Amino acid sequence: MWKARPDEKSPGSAAPAPSTTNTTTTMPTTTVVSAGNTAAPTAPAAPRSNFAPQRPGENFRAEVAHIGKSVLIKGELSGSEDLYLDGEVEGSVDLKQHSLTVGPHGRIRANIRAREVIVHGKVDGNITGDEKVELKKSAVLTGDITTQRIMIEDGAFFKGAIDLLKEGKSQSGEHRRELSFNAAAGSNS
Amino acid sequence: MPQFLKMFRSSTTAGTPALAPSQERVPRRSTGFQEFTKVLQAREGLNVLDLGPTSPTNIHYLTSLGHKIYNVDVLLSSMDPALLRPGEDGAAIVDVERFFAENLVFRGEQFDAVLLWSVADYLPESLVKPLVERIHSVMQPGGMLLGFFHTKDAGPQAPYHRYHIAGADTLELQQVPRFRLQRVFNNRHIENLFQNFKSLKFFLARDHTREVLVVR
Repeated sequence: MWKARPDEKSPGSAAPAPSTTNTTTTMPTTTVVSAGNTAAPTAPAAPRSNFAPQRPGENFRAEVAHIGKSVLIKGELSGSEDLYLDGEVEGSVDLKQHSLTVGPHGRIRANIRAREVIVHGKVDGNITGDEKVELKKSAVLTGDITTQRIMIEDGAFFKGAIDLLKEGKSQSGEHRRELSFNAAAGSNS
Repeated sequence: MPQFLKMFRSSTTAGTPALAPSQERVPRRSTGFQEFTKVLQAREGLNVLDLGPTSPTNIHYLTSLGHKIYNVDVLLSSMDPALLRPGEDGAAIVDVERFFAENLVFRGEQFDAVLLWSVADYLPESLVKPLVERIHSVMQPGGMLLGFFHTKDAGPQAPYHRYHIAGADTLELQQVPRFRLQRVFNNRHIENLFQNFKSLKFFLARDHTREVLVVR
């Protein structure tokens, strides 16, 4: 499937050849070492292909997707990766198990759902952050927040309701409410 | 509507900068808040309405007690240019009907506790009584409100404060330079203002302020 070409080079690739099984190599004519075959490739110095498939479990940390400040989106915005949003959105935002950062130029008129939501800009809509919602000092939020943990910096404007969900059962079997506040909010206390 | 004592005819200082959140906080004991706290600590899951400026400290305090908090900065909302209309004398006034169509609208929520702070002293006259009526309509019977009202000794330059909850009987005051005192209520005015409520309890503080606990 991922047949490497003999003349293919991996730019900037300094990654050593993987020592585990079931790997794809850049060996000429030979592509895949079958599962169970623990033998190393016959040319150990051969660099790993840049086109090697990403397997589940591998820690390929992609960069956060970025929507710039000149972008206007109307409709449903959904995804399965972290997102930095500095533009305008009207509709809904659903990132499921990923995080959303609304940049300082971000203008959101939408309900938001994500694992973690960080707001620097302006949001007009309800926010559901399954784990955490953070309002930075420049944030302006008109809408309700539902989350487990919330952090609000002093200077943030908020108009709406905050409903803190209890986290899942802890080891003791008790529901536990965990709150955290960042230093900026606490330092003025 | 009762004629409130208008000692200081002034308006908000238009064009002045927004809140200066970095200003110093001054701690102050509050007997009224101490009483109010007993309600907050009696049980979890109360609906609490905070009508003052957004305070992370208050949100932290109230949510850590297991309550759901609603925050509406009424005074700041009253300055929304979109809510102003020309009055009879040509000066801009708040469109009361529109203000209450866009603010303090809760979908069936009823509140067990309301923090009015000193908002009523600084709010445009036309909003004061409708505000109290709206609060009455969204409070649970038996619910408690805490309000602060300046006495005339406070003077016309009495600053508007953000109130941050620092403990069960302590508040921290942080000046907000944007607003000016609009009027002073005496005890009778306050009783008239809350005439539809069940009871009022006054605490006179040293800083020329009456702390008032009102039970719906």
